[in-house]
Amino acid sequence: MSARKLELVCPAGTPAAFRAAIDAGAHTVYCGFNDETNARNFPGLNFSRDELGASIAHAHKKGAHTLVAINTFPRAGAVGFWHKAVDDAARLGADAVILADIGLLDYASKKHPNLRLHLSVQAAAANSDAIAFYARAFGVKRVVLPRVLTVQEIAAINRDIEIETEVFIFGGLCVMAEGRCSLSSYATGKSPNMNGACSPASHVEYREEDGELVSRLGGFAIHRVGASEPAPYPTLCKGCFEAGDYKGHVFEDPSSLDAAALIPQLAEAGVTALKIEGRQRSRSYTESVVRNFRKAVDDYAAGRPVVAGALRDLTEGQTTTAGSYRKTWR
Amino acid sequence: MTKKFSLTVGPLQFNWSADAFSDFYARIADEAPVDRVVIGETVCSKRTPFYEDRIPAAIERLQSGGKTVVLGSLAMVTLEREKRAARELFEQTALEVEINDLTLMNWARPPFSIGPLINVYNEATLAYLAGQGAKMFCLPPEAPFASVEKLAAAAGECGAEVELWAYGRIPLAISSRCYHARVHGLSKDSCQFVCDKDPDGLTVRTLDGADFLAVNGVQTMSHNTCNLIGDLDRLAAAGVRSLRLSPHTGDFVAVTKAFADVASGAISGDEGLTRLRATAPEAEFSNGFLFGACGAAELTPA
Repeated sequence: MSARKLELVCPAGTPAAFRAAIDAGAHTVYCGFNDETNARNFPGLNFSRDELGASIAHAHKKGAHTLVAINTFPRAGAVGFWHKAVDDAARLGADAVILADIGLLDYASKKHPNLRLHLSVQAAAANSDAIAFYARAFGVKRVVLPRVLTVQEIAAINRDIEIETEVFIFGGLCVMAEGRCSLSSYATGKSPNMNGACSPASHVEYREEDGELVSRLGGFAIHRVGASEPAPYPTLCKGCFEAGDYKGHVFEDPSSLDAAALIPQLAEAGVTALKIEGRQRSRSYTESVVRNFRKAVDDYAAGRPVVAGALRDLTEGQTTTAGSYRKTWR
Repeated sequence: MTKKFSLTVGPLQFNWSADAFSDFYARIADEAPVDRVVIGETVCSKRTPFYEDRIPAAIERLQSGGKTVVLGSLAMVTLEREKRAARELFEQTALEVEINDLTLMNWARPPFSIGPLINVYNEATLAYLAGQGAKMFCLPPEAPFASVEKLAAAAGECGAEVELWAYGRIPLAISSRCYHARVHGLSKDSCQFVCDKDPDGLTVRTLDGADFLAVNGVQTMSHNTCNLIGDLDRLAAAGVRSLRLSPHTGDFVAVTKAFADVASGAISGDEGLTRLRATAPEAEFSNGFLFGACGAAELTPA
């Protein structure tokens, strides 16, 4: 008996990575415009209108889909800029747009009734009733589930809702409910919700002090390691802090998500699509991760065992976690 | 003179004992010069059983004290019992409800309020929710002043009002992981309710020894205490009509009185600030999200 075929949704931060993802076997690629309308608004990353148009055409030629993430929350007084991003994605032939803001969902559903809407993880719709609201109010067809749920909870949600679910399977791991976190703007003034940037490089500083290498974000020490050790990037929630008598990673270890071993359980839980995080990663990273995961979902669909752990070298800090999917993580 | 602001006591964010809960709301009811009180568990549903039988009496006393009582909803709804509680919040009471998770939009009954944990960053989102019957919007604490001005104007056009987080440690993030349990070497399921050890949250310091954040169970907060008491003139000019004061230990009635006195013009913002520094000597005040370079910035005078 063959198991259900899962859709592999892969990141692309550049046109080159986009092509690499398609060549490596991505069913679907997601990307964003090179501005503050998307939640990976990093310098040198993302797509111009022309680049997106060419990439979508290329994907369609290869039988793949393109999702355009317009998933920051529009700034007051500037919603027209986000409206234009939705209009352009529709005009360029995007197969769906990934949105988080209610006002923008309302606009897209009215202005582009034939454009497929996906609900971004940034909307943090963490239960079946919340998802039902978005489906009913705006006609959302798929929800990217927040990384706060166990596999059992995901299965229960899929029993209760009528739209598709997409879950993160690999890559960077937010420990907070996404779209509901202001830690970065607290330390730097730049936030994922408003600016599409978390722990931005513009506010990072590395300095050697007393034989140690200290990495700071907005002036706050996030990591302190021996001078000869590689200094981790100071992502705020992965930092080392003190709280009461505790000293260490108060929020999360510098690990990343690898739920490859859970592919069968996630499929049985009714998930439609598996999402790989990492639009900011290199083309070679994208290619390697996509190739491995395409093999894993094909193996699962063919009834072969899924081999997990093949990508350990590519993960941040070399340690991985299945995150909230296992209840013990909480 | 006309009153510039309505004052709201926000929901208690911390795990206090049932007796401390009852005492706090009794004092607010009897002594605090505030207009609205939002009551209910917004952070962790595991805490609710310890004090939920005290809520009806607290509501009654607040109403006797002339306060409008609003029920606050849980910030992040994932469990079945949390979904049920969310639905019952509207079904089982005639009181106004403040929504902190859009799950509740399924049952929202006008007029309702939008809490600070809902992402209302622009006039289109505000207008959509106002169209569904939202009348009061407590804006996300990270919204900069330029956005507040536009949102206040948009609310006015919709017949709604905006409120700002004006006093208290700021909620910055919510997780399914409990950090209080984690720093005590416990799991969330057997947390022993250790968050009750820190009635104002547990300060998180950097390895440089700088006070930075605070953990409160599954919630992460600012270390600093938001305080907009010196900013009321510019907030009034921007069209802000309501101020939220978030409960802390110590003499919280004194905090509400200081805000009421500045709001009525009885004392200046500077005098109000001086009084609050005496009331909460440990607190590091900030208005950074609104007026500084970042949320952690020091208080900048108007």
